[in-house]
Amino acid sequence: MSLIRYQSPELMAWPSLDRWSSLRDDLNSLFELPLWSSIARQGQLFSGWSPALDLYQNNDNVVAVVELPGMGRKDVEISLHDGTLTISGERKSESTNGDKAERAERYIGKFRRSITLPTGVDANKVSASYRNGILTVTLPKAEEAKPKQIQVNVD
Amino acid sequence: MNTLVRENRDIDHVQSEQFVAPSASVLEAADGCTLEVEMPGVNKEGLEISVENNELTIVGRRSLPAVEGTLIHRESRQESYRRTFELDPSIDANKISAKIDQGVVTLTLPKAEHVKPRKITVS
Repeated sequence: MSLIRYQSPELMAWPSLDRWSSLRDDLNSLFELPLWSSIARQGQLFSGWSPALDLYQNNDNVVAVVELPGMGRKDVEISLHDGTLTISGERKSESTNGDKAERAERYIGKFRRSITLPTGVDANKVSASYRNGILTVTLPKAEEAKPKQIQVNVD
Repeated sequence: MNTLVRENRDIDHVQSEQFVAPSASVLEAADGCTLEVEMPGVNKEGLEISVENNELTIVGRRSLPAVEGTLIHRESRQESYRRTFELDPSIDANKISAKIDQGVVTLTLPKAEHVKPRKITVS
């Protein structure tokens, strides 16, 4: 009887080597799958998407510019609550059945963006336009929020 | 990955103009594939699509709405969009068509006639 039994090198199953091989499988699947679709599929990480938003302000208006490519006009909702502007909506999948998505980086589904406005705005006069996939929301400042010139009379 | 359109990452870093890669989706069907590229802010005039040596290059230059006032918060990128795809030889480069609608470029890449699946009737 020998203390160490002969084992051919190929059959040696060290737990540490097993870990390496599963790591290799993970890495392989990372390169083989379209990365974004695999992340998006996880759901919890990106529950929806978050379009880029720019905010401008001048004497009369606060202007929000949002990148929303390929939306229908009816699919976007703009709301104003307590000085917070919220833009939300849903992009519906346009792909017809039978087509196989080889690479899917475009987000499909719901989105929601909120931003606190720097000043009070007149909610009744908000206007919006949508061109080239860019939504522009113009929010006229409330009268009391507009800068005013105060004449100081010095005797 | 065996696909009809493959991204080509090698030629992007020798440019002086700054570009960002737009998001793109590729849909494959039996008679070709459809490429959807997101380019918000780009209109028909700012779009440049070319095919050279089986490489499809899409460049989009933004014409952003002019907003008066000071910028107080920015998340959007200023660079132009650019992305290159390598076309499978089965795609008929002469029949590629493109349209742009609300910042989404849709390219239709049909397969050449001789590689399309077809039924042969037995007489």
